[in-house]
Amino acid sequence: MVDAEALTAWVREFARLVHEQRDELTRLDSAIGDADHGANLDRGMTAAVAALDAQSAAGPAAVLKTTATTLIKTVGGASGPLYGTFFLRAAGALDGVPDPTDPAALARAVRAGLDGVVARGKAERGDKTMLDALGPACDALDEALAAGKPLDEALGAAAQAAADGRDATEPLVARKGRASYLGERSAGHVDPGAASATLLVQAAATALAGRG
Amino acid sequence: MPVGLVVVSHSRALADAAVELARGMLPGREQVIEVAAGDVDGGLGTDATAIADAVTAADSGDGVVVLMDLGSAVLSAETALELLDDDVRERVVLSPAPLVEGLVGAAVTAAAGADRDRVAAEALRGLAPKQAHLGG
Repeated sequence: MVDAEALTAWVREFARLVHEQRDELTRLDSAIGDADHGANLDRGMTAAVAALDAQSAAGPAAVLKTTATTLIKTVGGASGPLYGTFFLRAAGALDGVPDPTDPAALARAVRAGLDGVVARGKAERGDKTMLDALGPACDALDEALAAGKPLDEALGAAAQAAADGRDATEPLVARKGRASYLGERSAGHVDPGAASATLLVQAAATALAGRG
Repeated sequence: MPVGLVVVSHSRALADAAVELARGMLPGREQVIEVAAGDVDGGLGTDATAIADAVTAADSGDGVVVLMDLGSAVLSAETALELLDDDVRERVVLSPAPLVEGLVGAAVTAAAGADRDRVAAEALRGLAPKQAHLGG
């Protein structure tokens, strides 16, 4: 059952991974961006966990909404509105659903979040962005659930697809964001947004294990 | 009531200076220009919740035109629209105009009582005098 407690555990695990990988995310961003991705996202996720700690018992949609508004408020850079929109749209997809704790509802929420990132960033897959990890992860999750696989296995497949997508950004030329100013010189580096999005999916696989 | 204006920037100093420059064109005139600039700690950054608050403050019912600098300011301004009530959102235009030139054009036009679409159109034409002068 993917209830509010499970979603809180997901946000917490994402925050932990971002904090742990903060320097690596910044190193990736210093190669093709403005070297603030690790610090910005760490600040935002630390604030999100604090906001969830301060919030009294709330439903699944409220957990994601609080995470969204905190990220929007505290990140500062482009990852604020992008991750903020991801969680905001995901929260909207859970709102009013008869059983928001059903794994299928989680999959629909994540898909709605992905669509939000696409609408906000106007990027396509292959542009060397977070979409290159998040898109394949959503596809893998949907396919596995549609094939009747348990949630653990489906999230494991999603995490693997995200990591593969992240690694595949290395030779790409960036077409969105600050990295796009570098043109051909952006090739040869893994995209920091794809790297952090992979952490988001890995966090789901870890925190939601056994909740299906 | 005249159309309200909102300035979104990564930098509070940049936004305030742009507003000061625009207000220099409006001696003795009232014009609502709200600012949403900088991150929560006063550093460089943008915050969609602050932008949504600024739009709400600038809205008198006749529309709001939002001018912004670049990058995450654009994404945050779009995200702010999602945070607004439906009726307010419908009255807001996000202008693709350059911040300084667009703001001056918008401020002069709004203070003269033009409607929202006219203000947004003048913001967009803000670059024209410079282009004509430099032959660009």
